[in-house]
Amino acid sequence: MMKQKYIVIDVRWCHDCNNCFMGCKDEHVDNNWEGYTAAQPRHGHRWMNIERRERGKYSRNDVKFLPMPCQHCENAPCVAASKGAITRREDGIVMIDMVAAKGNKELVDSCPYGAIYWNDEADIAQKCTMCAHLLDSAEWAPKMPRCVHNCPTGSMSFYDCEPEEMAKLAAAEGLEAYKAELGTNPHVLYKNLFMFTKNFVAGGITVDGDCFENATVTLEQDGKVLQTAQTNFFGDFKFDGLEDGEYTVKVDAAGKAQSSNVTIAGKSLNLGFIAF
Amino acid sequence: MQNENVSCVTVGAGTSACSINGSQEVRMTNSSTGGPVFVYVKDGKIVRLTPMDFDETDPESWKIEARGKVFTPPRKTTIAPFTAGQKSMVYSDKRILYPMKRVDFDPNGERNIQNRGVSGYERISWDEAAEIVCGEVNRIKREYGPSAILSTPSSHHLWGNVGYRHSTYFRFMNMMGFTYADHNPDSWEGWHWGGMHMWGFSWRLGNPEQYDLLEDGLKYAEMIVFWSSDPEVNSGIYAAFESTIRRKWLKDLGVKMVFIDPFFNHTANWIGDKWFSPKTGTDHALSFAIAYTWLTEGSYDKEYVATHAYGFEEWSEYVLGKTDGEPKTCEWAEKETGIPACDIRALAREWGKKNTYLAAGGLGGWGGACRATHGIEWSRGMIALATMQGMGKPGSNMWSTTQGAPLDTEFYFPGYAEGGISGDCDNSAAGFKFAWRMFDGKTTFPSPSNINNGQGQHIPRLKIPECIMGKEFQWSGKGFCGGDIPHQMHQYQYPAPGYSRIKMYWKYGGPHIGTMTATNRYAKMYTDSELDFVVSQSIWFEGEVPFADVILPACTNYERWDISEFANCSGYIPDNYTLCNHRVISLQMKCIEPLGESKSDYDIYAFFAKKLGFEGQFTEGKDELAWVEQYYNATDCPKLMTFADFFKKGYLVVPDNTTRKKTVALRWFAEEREKDTPDWGPRCNNSVGYKGLQTQTGKVEFIATSIKRFEEQGFVDEYRPAMHTYVKAWESHHCELAKKYPLGMLSPHPRFSMHTMGDGKDSFMNDIKDHRVEVDGYSYWIIRINSEDAAARGIKEGDLVRAFNDRGSVILYAQVGERTQPGTVHSYESCAVYDPLGKPGCSADRGGCVNILTPDRYMSKYACGMAPNSAQIEVEKWNGDIYEIY
Repeated sequence: MMKQKYIVIDVRWCHDCNNCFMGCKDEHVDNNWEGYTAAQPRHGHRWMNIERRERGKYSRNDVKFLPMPCQHCENAPCVAASKGAITRREDGIVMIDMVAAKGNKELVDSCPYGAIYWNDEADIAQKCTMCAHLLDSAEWAPKMPRCVHNCPTGSMSFYDCEPEEMAKLAAAEGLEAYKAELGTNPHVLYKNLFMFTKNFVAGGITVDGDCFENATVTLEQDGKVLQTAQTNFFGDFKFDGLEDGEYTVKVDAAGKAQSSNVTIAGKSLNLGFIAF
Repeated sequence: MQNENVSCVTVGAGTSACSINGSQEVRMTNSSTGGPVFVYVKDGKIVRLTPMDFDETDPESWKIEARGKVFTPPRKTTIAPFTAGQKSMVYSDKRILYPMKRVDFDPNGERNIQNRGVSGYERISWDEAAEIVCGEVNRIKREYGPSAILSTPSSHHLWGNVGYRHSTYFRFMNMMGFTYADHNPDSWEGWHWGGMHMWGFSWRLGNPEQYDLLEDGLKYAEMIVFWSSDPEVNSGIYAAFESTIRRKWLKDLGVKMVFIDPFFNHTANWIGDKWFSPKTGTDHALSFAIAYTWLTEGSYDKEYVATHAYGFEEWSEYVLGKTDGEPKTCEWAEKETGIPACDIRALAREWGKKNTYLAAGGLGGWGGACRATHGIEWSRGMIALATMQGMGKPGSNMWSTTQGAPLDTEFYFPGYAEGGISGDCDNSAAGFKFAWRMFDGKTTFPSPSNINNGQGQHIPRLKIPECIMGKEFQWSGKGFCGGDIPHQMHQYQYPAPGYSRIKMYWKYGGPHIGTMTATNRYAKMYTDSELDFVVSQSIWFEGEVPFADVILPACTNYERWDISEFANCSGYIPDNYTLCNHRVISLQMKCIEPLGESKSDYDIYAFFAKKLGFEGQFTEGKDELAWVEQYYNATDCPKLMTFADFFKKGYLVVPDNTTRKKTVALRWFAEEREKDTPDWGPRCNNSVGYKGLQTQTGKVEFIATSIKRFEEQGFVDEYRPAMHTYVKAWESHHCELAKKYPLGMLSPHPRFSMHTMGDGKDSFMNDIKDHRVEVDGYSYWIIRINSEDAAARGIKEGDLVRAFNDRGSVILYAQVGERTQPGTVHSYESCAVYDPLGKPGCSADRGGCVNILTPDRYMSKYACGMAPNSAQIEVEKWNGDIYEIY
């Protein structure tokens, strides 16, 4: 198999600067890349769709972002639905044929990630091409898609490698597919995905009215210790990456212990101060 | 080099042609307020804008060794989001493509002044525009004198040192004659009016120097307290994301990062370990409580304070409550700020123990808290805390992680504020070095002003409406004035003795309604019957441009020649290119022809200079490219590259200077040595033997001798006492107004726009989810509301709401969440779109100019700065009314 193209996105380092989204529009709006894709409409399309999720409650809260282009799936539902109008190139890039797909609005709904958009004027479904027209050009010096090239935080990386190499990297770095349960095997992989998809429980420990450093806090479920943390100088602790369910938070501070039961149900929790 | 109607391709500018998908493109260079760019051009059209990747012909990058690691920056530049989307601003349906005249304006008949802002426009030719404008200029000069012509540009011109407002604009306006509306130091305010009296730095308008602090921080920092500082958004200024990598390095080294900001800002969300959200107007209560903790627990640098501070004992007594009966305890501060006392105490204790850098503001100085009613005391509070921890010693300084990269400060290339082709030493920093290198006085000459100087006529930008409508006004300080500390106490009046009142306004750009304060004033002003004539020179049809009688279409920096350096503005931020990882000097190539009949500012002024009879003096026979070459040769650049090579390559990276002596900011002060940094001040007359600060005592003055003298002369200011004091903010949760308008609104500089530059204009920015949101086909500005405040008002995410107070109403999109403390709302300033639903200046604005709601009151009686981050407002669901009531 020839080398495959991948984009890896680290949720940890994305802060929603939108340089990827801007780069995509810069490359595609008003530019018709013949043989690849028609010009993107000036407004409305989000070939790089940055999803936003706010977690927790003031003042133990955060906001996480998931930049989501076409996932360039190996088992792409759009390919299956397209009757040949959408294909996977040998290098893994999923392409909509601008001629064969013309007029077929149903293709928009075939993507479970919502990554396909309708262009009314051109009468065509469109999406991220991983900037294939640039990657195919030997003279494109950056040798990566515009979104990755514009990224200033190190959140996005581009790989052109053997699938085995990517599998190794995925295992080492904990890379995952978004909505892996769909079984689409995307070529866009995420690091620290839990920050977007899962929840946290956070709180602060005080002893005699002052923040307490180095309290031991454990998170348990069904009697099993899942995570242990020492509080920082603000007495703060945070357990992240939690699935919905019942948990027990146990605190050991200054020789005393307290425990409380918490329920994660689709939302992160700020327990406030736990006072000793 | 003389080039008539030069076309880039025919003269060979542009390094490489590249074939993308079979199409021939030329890669050219330009630069922007958000970083230098490669511009790919095909068939006279911009295809794309990208950051610059360096190649093997560019010099090696610097290296810093610290804590057993070697740090070196990426071999490419970064760009800001508004630069990444700038193509959409060049090709925008809001571009003005030809000169226009208001349909019911007749300079020889009915002027219909009352219809400014209401009636439409018709296309006219450049010759017709010149006939009207020059006719009015000459008439007014003969009837009233040149001072009757008012002009002012916006804060940030599009990038380029020749085309910048300090350069081409002043060169022309000074020759024509005009009264300048002096810009208030809008990003400095509290540092200028307060900080400067405590530690000098007048040549930086009260901000600190930041030399070589990156290496110091990488070696010693254990904690950084970011206070009113969001460097991932503002990058200091102009520097895109150059310092982002450095914060990642610091994080990797285990440096703790604490953020204090009423808004859970983007850097805090990205990299913060803790967030404090003080109620608006109360930051200084927090700084006093930290000082109180240190004083009572003995955890400050007593030896340093004994030798480096003035008035500290008396101030300590005040902090401890011995003089006013109010100890500034953490519990006291909790009541003021809403932050738990135990958190404040924990921060103070950690700070007292660990090597801590105070990132006050995003630049090293600045910060939204300095543009607020408590800005003076907040800035002084920051200096007080840094002083108590021995600032300047290894591991202790005021540093915002943005400036201070180890770049070559010995290599001379000026910033835009150094005057360019004007050489105006009164209104730019041309007199520091550049004017003497640029003009030989034999064949080429600068253009000084005899009106816009200390003895001439002035108008403060914040009070243009008061001057136009009220006919007279008095104030302190001539805008950006940092020659000496007392300069800001100089008293001014309008009209200046012997000078005329304003009869004509030549406005450059249209942002004031989105950038100044209580800005319905700016809309109302235009219908004043004694303002005979208004001409607006602008690239885009937006803001207050549609109030003019004649509109002149300017073009963008991609449509003209220029030269500049990445992030280098200089002037009151000397050597600020150390914000960047490399010194990158760009030829700003004329990538495309000006759209429509638009022209570069230089060509507009050359055209008008010809009609007004001083073309030869203005142009000296040169076009923009010839000025660019003269400029290049006045810098150190020819030592590295000939102009011909620079013209071909398009950019130049200044090599790492390994022999440069590293001089850490304020280390000389801590060690009581002669000042050794390459800083611009203090001048030798402001110091004794080059030792000590610029203040009269040479020390950090907790009781300011400069303000004390002012008080003794009868200028007593209750909101700026001589001693750094907890002065309650005049617009905050304390004030009477808060009963009617209980929400404190924070309105910082915007994230996705450079002032108004990225917003509106049908630009790509409008599609950014956190910038504007489209509802029923209209793109609304966002206000961020805490979930509890929203619930109490029946407001849900996505509702259109009316934010209002006695100053006006603005219709906004509600984003409900947890990014502010309950009681605080957040909406960025610098909206480019002003869209009154009824009569301009008197009805609700749907564009999103929240500046309409901010107070026009000066920070204090003699501190004539703005306080937009102090606004008490109420928010309710919008019922569709136009609120034509103001």
